[in-house]
Amino acid sequence: MDQTRRNVFKAGGGASLYALLAVAGMLRPDAALAADWNQKAFEAKNLKDAFDALGAGSRTDSIGILMTAPEIAENGAVVPIGAVSKLPGTESIAILIAKNPTALAASFDIPLGTEPAVSTRVKMAETSEVHVLVKAQGKFYVTKKEIKVTIGGCGG
Amino acid sequence: MADPMRIRAVAKDGGVNVKILMAHEMETGQRKDGAGKPIPAHFIQHVSASWQGKMVLSANWGTAIAKNPFLEFNFKGGQKGEKIQVTWTDNKGDKRTDEATIN
Repeated sequence: MDQTRRNVFKAGGGASLYALLAVAGMLRPDAALAADWNQKAFEAKNLKDAFDALGAGSRTDSIGILMTAPEIAENGAVVPIGAVSKLPGTESIAILIAKNPTALAASFDIPLGTEPAVSTRVKMAETSEVHVLVKAQGKFYVTKKEIKVTIGGCGG
Repeated sequence: MADPMRIRAVAKDGGVNVKILMAHEMETGQRKDGAGKPIPAHFIQHVSASWQGKMVLSANWGTAIAKNPFLEFNFKGGQKGEKIQVTWTDNKGDKRTDEATIN
């Protein structure tokens, strides 16, 4: 619970702001937590808007980012993606899928002491380039790979 | 209340490998039900993991994370017998915290 509160303080830009809003009854703790969630980036319909909303309008291709993913995903509903950054001072890792209805899939903050490597599973609507964006020492780096999808994972 | 997470934390080489499976629909909001009505989005937005009161991973997710999400990461430090806590919060304000012992 304490940990969650700490996130809230960070997200709210300071304890005083949070206290003010809480007193005003404007925010439930859950709503305050969600402020941490970059709505503009997550709702961006295309890759460029998502990059822009993440502040990564300018970024450099890097071979210091390794992506582990299948060449062909038979089932777009479950596509395993691993991302490893070899870049010193990695602060965050994001996964973006160019042709999904919303491009940004996930963004991970990497605190000091945690290895800049994450694995998860994503949904892909169709064959698409998948991008891994890394923020390291305040700068953005990216690598990409095309993953072919046989059956899409977003329709119904 | 959602079902518990399955968390496996294993100490090796001075670090801890953490694997988490969460039970969640991760509904995208893109699908329609049998009557043609859109099914509202329902997905985990935030996941955080802590060890000894220190945050070891914080993640924000969109709708593209697969149903019953899987997450794996490694952090330095951490001994057998110590505990880690993992918390997720979804877009409807539902949340769940589970604890696991490092072994």
